[in-house]
Amino acid sequence: MSVVRKRWWGGTPACILAIGLALATPALAVQPDEILADPALEARARDISRQIRCPVCQGESIDDSNATISRDLRIILRERLVAGDSDDQVIDFLVARYGEFILYNPRATGSNLILWLAGPAMLALGGGIALAAFRRKTAPETGLSADEEARLKEILKR
Amino acid sequence: MIVELGHYALILALMVALVQSILPLYGAQARNPALMGLAVPAAVTQLALVAFSFGVLTWAFVKSDFSLAVVTANSHTLKPMLYKVTGVWGNHEGSLHLWVLILALFGAAVAVFGANLPAALRARVIGVQGAIGVAFLAFLIFTSNPFWRLAEPPLNGADLNPLLQDPGLAFHPPFLYLGYVGLSMAFSFAVAALIEGRVDAAWARWVRPWTLTAWVFLTIGIVLGSWWAYYELGWGGFWFWDPVENASFMPWLLAAALLHCAIVVEKREALKSWTILLAILAFGFSLIGTFIVRSGVITSVHSFASDPARGVFILAILGFFTGGALLLFALRASAMESKGLFGMVSREGALVANNILLAVSAFVVFIGTIWPLIAEIVMGRTVSVGEPFFNAAFTPFAVALAVILPPGAMLAWKRGSLSRSLRSLVPAAVLALALAALAWAMQTGRSALGPVGLGLGGWLVFGALTDLWARTGRGANRPGRLIRLPRADWGKATAHAGLGIVIFAVAALHAWKVEDIRIAKLGETFPLGSYEVTLKDVRQVEGPNYTSTTAEMLVTKDGAPVATLFPEKRVYPVQAMPTTEAAIDQGLFRDLYLVIGDPQQGGGWAVRGYIEPFASWLWTGAALMALGGFLSLTDRRYRVAAGARKASVQGVPAE
Repeated sequence: MSVVRKRWWGGTPACILAIGLALATPALAVQPDEILADPALEARARDISRQIRCPVCQGESIDDSNATISRDLRIILRERLVAGDSDDQVIDFLVARYGEFILYNPRATGSNLILWLAGPAMLALGGGIALAAFRRKTAPETGLSADEEARLKEILKR
Repeated sequence: MIVELGHYALILALMVALVQSILPLYGAQARNPALMGLAVPAAVTQLALVAFSFGVLTWAFVKSDFSLAVVTANSHTLKPMLYKVTGVWGNHEGSLHLWVLILALFGAAVAVFGANLPAALRARVIGVQGAIGVAFLAFLIFTSNPFWRLAEPPLNGADLNPLLQDPGLAFHPPFLYLGYVGLSMAFSFAVAALIEGRVDAAWARWVRPWTLTAWVFLTIGIVLGSWWAYYELGWGGFWFWDPVENASFMPWLLAAALLHCAIVVEKREALKSWTILLAILAFGFSLIGTFIVRSGVITSVHSFASDPARGVFILAILGFFTGGALLLFALRASAMESKGLFGMVSREGALVANNILLAVSAFVVFIGTIWPLIAEIVMGRTVSVGEPFFNAAFTPFAVALAVILPPGAMLAWKRGSLSRSLRSLVPAAVLALALAALAWAMQTGRSALGPVGLGLGGWLVFGALTDLWARTGRGANRPGRLIRLPRADWGKATAHAGLGIVIFAVAALHAWKVEDIRIAKLGETFPLGSYEVTLKDVRQVEGPNYTSTTAEMLVTKDGAPVATLFPEKRVYPVQAMPTTEAAIDQGLFRDLYLVIGDPQQGGGWAVRGYIEPFASWLWTGAALMALGGFLSLTDRRYRVAAGARKASVQGVPAE
């Protein structure tokens, strides 16, 4: 449990207590001793850690989180990368242990397809309705009726 | 005793709100001028009572009256005075009290400034506003009463969450609430119009300034929050797609859509039912935001104490107002006949496209925010939705909006020529492309994000300037006419250019940020981008209610000093909680951002340094958007309406 982000909403009292207990010695997210010597590998590690949710926090990635488990996860994923895993393999490895809950980038499979397609579907729907309305509205472009013609002349005479 | 007076005033305000919500609405229906006239004093009285009650609560915080449960839980005698006052809204009960205060403020504003509204419309608007007041006053009094006493007051309080002990708390929530709650005006006008079955240009002219006001406040509130997060977080992020941030962003998007389509109603009497629907949805999303923040159903770093009873209460309010208004809409929408016809390629058509994109992007944010809830309840699947999803799903709509904005804004009303507005934008497009190419050539990485952001931003800024210049017509004395253009034109150009600057800054911050995390020994110099940073000293400093580990860090460039920065790490003993205070050197093209971490076992300190490119452009761009809204608000056509009010007031005795 940790709070890196600050906004005025704060946390629940219980949450604050937990923060106090857990963080007798506070630490700031990614620590210098975790960083890999190879910059390319480290960049990949940071990229992955920004997509992994801290399992015990209120909504932070392991990249931002100060929790012990986040530090463990950051170290594990670097170990996998050093061992030669691809990014996907590392993510699969973590998901196999902690479930898809830890993925901030939900996979576009099964019911999650609804989530990913909702925006484009809504755009198609909205665009379709607007197009239909335009077609209906702009179709008849009739001139003035005989009555209106007469009334117009009357007005212009005045 | 004075606390009981405040409590009593709050209950009295609920009673007044009940009167305000029932009698004027009935009076408008029964065409009873006396009952309709009751709306004005009722709204003003409600404001006076709620303001008094809020003043009492503030007094209790200032005096550290620990017989109040809410003061004990959120204050401390050693807390600086600023945070004693701002701490009033740094908790659930107090911030809800602020919510109710601002709601009453808007109700009273219509009562006082609405003299030129038709009597029945004004009575109905104030009545609906009163009904919202009833719901939230009841919520405040029955589930979140800030005036609860403790039987045995403690000697001191538990202090305010140290994260909130920041000047940001003074401004961010009030502005945010002015925006959120301000949208209730658009809602009340929409419901009143539905009851009357009439929407016309005059109605739109009334709704638009209120929506614009709410949108300007919401913009300022969101940006202040973003800025606060930026300088307080310790790693220089500014937006996290957290559920609570999304809760403020959705109404902002819908309010932006609403204030654009209200122009169409005002000028062309078209899109009426869509405008009404948007007004209902915009406030509906404000209520959804309140629900997300205060119910705890969606986990967020900054949600309030989660209490199921409170969640259910807000859900009931949300269901009643949004559901009721939508039902009314379904029954009455057919009566809103649009008069103005327009072709697809026209200003109206462009504004329809703007509205579709803004509404769909708000919907994407919405579904991303609530998806974890749906997936768990319906599919039994625990998933998370975070930054990667929103960046991927939201950005295309923002980009599309930015691409169509300049030509759309220059199309003629009713029937325009796309090729004509595109032709006049050729210089803007060339300049934007040149900027993008320059960025592409200068940057070291391969990411297209920075150049594309600069190109899009340039397209919007130059497009806005082109639009402004084109408004001056032809022939001589164009500069003179430029100055005399209506404020609305200036507002439009300012806000659109501001959006362009924001888009550029967001892209630049994502693409070109430099980060450095390392262990530095005292006196050690290390490189940060093109700068050198020296850790000169680390010392312990005592604050009023905290102890601080303050570092002194000298930043140089090619040996020449740039700045000396003092990042801090504070510990607040009452809550045993650490916070980081980043030190920032703001610059025109970059912010230098330094953070001090923990002492390391082998000696030295963990140190983080960032170069945040064009960070101040983000706040400037957003400020320009708000300024644009404000300029538009001071346009002559609204001031003329105000003048008409005076005339009609003078005319009354003569009748």
